[in-house]
Amino acid sequence: MFDVHKIREDFPILKREVNGKPLVYFDNAATSQTPQVVIDTIVDYYSNYNANIHRGVHTLSQEATDAYEVARKKVQQHFNAKHSHEIILTSGTTHSINIIATGFTHFLAEGDEIIVSALEHHSNIVPWQMLCDRTGAVLKVIPMNEEGELLMDVYDTLLSDKTKLVFTNHISNALGTINPIEEIIEKAHSVGAAVLIDGAQSCPHVKPDVQALDVDFYVASAHKLCGPTGVGMLYGKSEWLEKLPPYQGGGEMIEQVTFEKTTYAGLPHKFEAGTPNICGGIAFGAALDYMNAIGFDNIAAYEKELLDYGTKKLLEIEGLKIYGTSQNKTSVISFNLENIHPYDVGTIVDKLGIAVRTGHHCAQPIMDFYKIPGTVRASFSFYNTKEEIDALVEAVKKAKMMLS
Amino acid sequence: MTIQEIQEEIVDEFSMFDDWMQRYEYMIELGKSLPLIDEKYKTDDNIIKGCQSKVWVHAEMKDDKIEFTADSDAIITKGIIAILIRAFSGQHPKDIIDAGTGFIDEIGLKEHLSPTRANGLVSMIKQLKMYAIAYQTQLN
Repeated sequence: MFDVHKIREDFPILKREVNGKPLVYFDNAATSQTPQVVIDTIVDYYSNYNANIHRGVHTLSQEATDAYEVARKKVQQHFNAKHSHEIILTSGTTHSINIIATGFTHFLAEGDEIIVSALEHHSNIVPWQMLCDRTGAVLKVIPMNEEGELLMDVYDTLLSDKTKLVFTNHISNALGTINPIEEIIEKAHSVGAAVLIDGAQSCPHVKPDVQALDVDFYVASAHKLCGPTGVGMLYGKSEWLEKLPPYQGGGEMIEQVTFEKTTYAGLPHKFEAGTPNICGGIAFGAALDYMNAIGFDNIAAYEKELLDYGTKKLLEIEGLKIYGTSQNKTSVISFNLENIHPYDVGTIVDKLGIAVRTGHHCAQPIMDFYKIPGTVRASFSFYNTKEEIDALVEAVKKAKMMLS
Repeated sequence: MTIQEIQEEIVDEFSMFDDWMQRYEYMIELGKSLPLIDEKYKTDDNIIKGCQSKVWVHAEMKDDKIEFTADSDAIITKGIIAILIRAFSGQHPKDIIDAGTGFIDEIGLKEHLSPTRANGLVSMIKQLKMYAIAYQTQLN
């Protein structure tokens, strides 16, 4: 039985006040809050078995190694990867993307094409531009419509035997649109292209099955999933990860080193040079356990309720416009008040204890499309309530009164 | 009036209000009296970096004193730059260089003074002082 008031008890931060008002945290698309069980995992690690992993024979090192590898298995099970060595633990989504973007330097030639979607975060545009600069490959963009949905008929025309890689987010961070990744993957494979899906925004809301999707690479960050910052994952099909060269050189990723020649370690260590974020990885596992215990179906159903309620309530404010109006979206509402800068709205609602994001959300091309400087973005999580949405609506009304 | 006197005057005006809403409303009012920048100076070169909203500032020297004009696309930011310009405009470059900015704290806008704050108040002060340093160098 999903009981939001009981769930809120798990998050110590939700009890604090901001500017003398109870905190209303609606910046979940930027980072999620951390439940006590994950905080306890972090404290337990540093209190009881902090050690370097994969090399020590002493007890602490064994315990830490075991816990870290158990966490990798939890990630594997969560994403339903076939093998645990297909899960690379990284510092986050950006790191994961860069492993692929750098690795593909070896697979691309001048005139090859990479397709990205118009809904991308800057971290999903820049690595591909850099890859194109290195290789002479060309970047193609799947455009979007006014609702913030990708134009799939244009995607069809962009695909050809020159397409080597297709890249899109599963869910847009700025607008919340859920992209039709099954179709994107299937069509890319039909021309022999590999597909990388950025799950940074989807993983808090849905449980992806990488085998059912038949996706080549899938990436995500723990901190959007009730885990700590500085840790994330890269799933890659074995055959791809075997082919890709290592991203960084260092300890952990080697099999044998002489000054003449080094042979690399097998998967997943080939991509995990240096001492990893051990505690973060273990806490990532704990966060997945926490969210799975609540259940993603429950989470999705409740968040849909919040989205519908928030959309209805906000639209009652005259002059408020929502950007990203796809029927197929997650609990993100990006909006502006007519003739009022989003920064002004964000400043006033913060004074009222409400955390929203303002600005271009690292997705300037989307803002350029709508010809706006940015939006106010309220993103709801399963621990938010309708009462909090009411507080947001009141705060926006107050901001409108002060700023018009 | 000296910069110090103007700053004291601003602090005095803000002391009349006892909550943040009134202070912000007054700041927004002050934004409406901002000496607006000539449209031709609203260029990318004159945009102050580090602000989430756009802020343009232009400076001109008249009788050894600097006249600032500015504008912003956000109304709160416009209020902030208006307060700064009221304190610094029409003053000798050296006085602008030497001027303190503690009055921002005193009028209850301390939260805007953090260098990581996206409104760029710190960048605005730096930019106004940079103009003063540039003109001071010309005078020497």
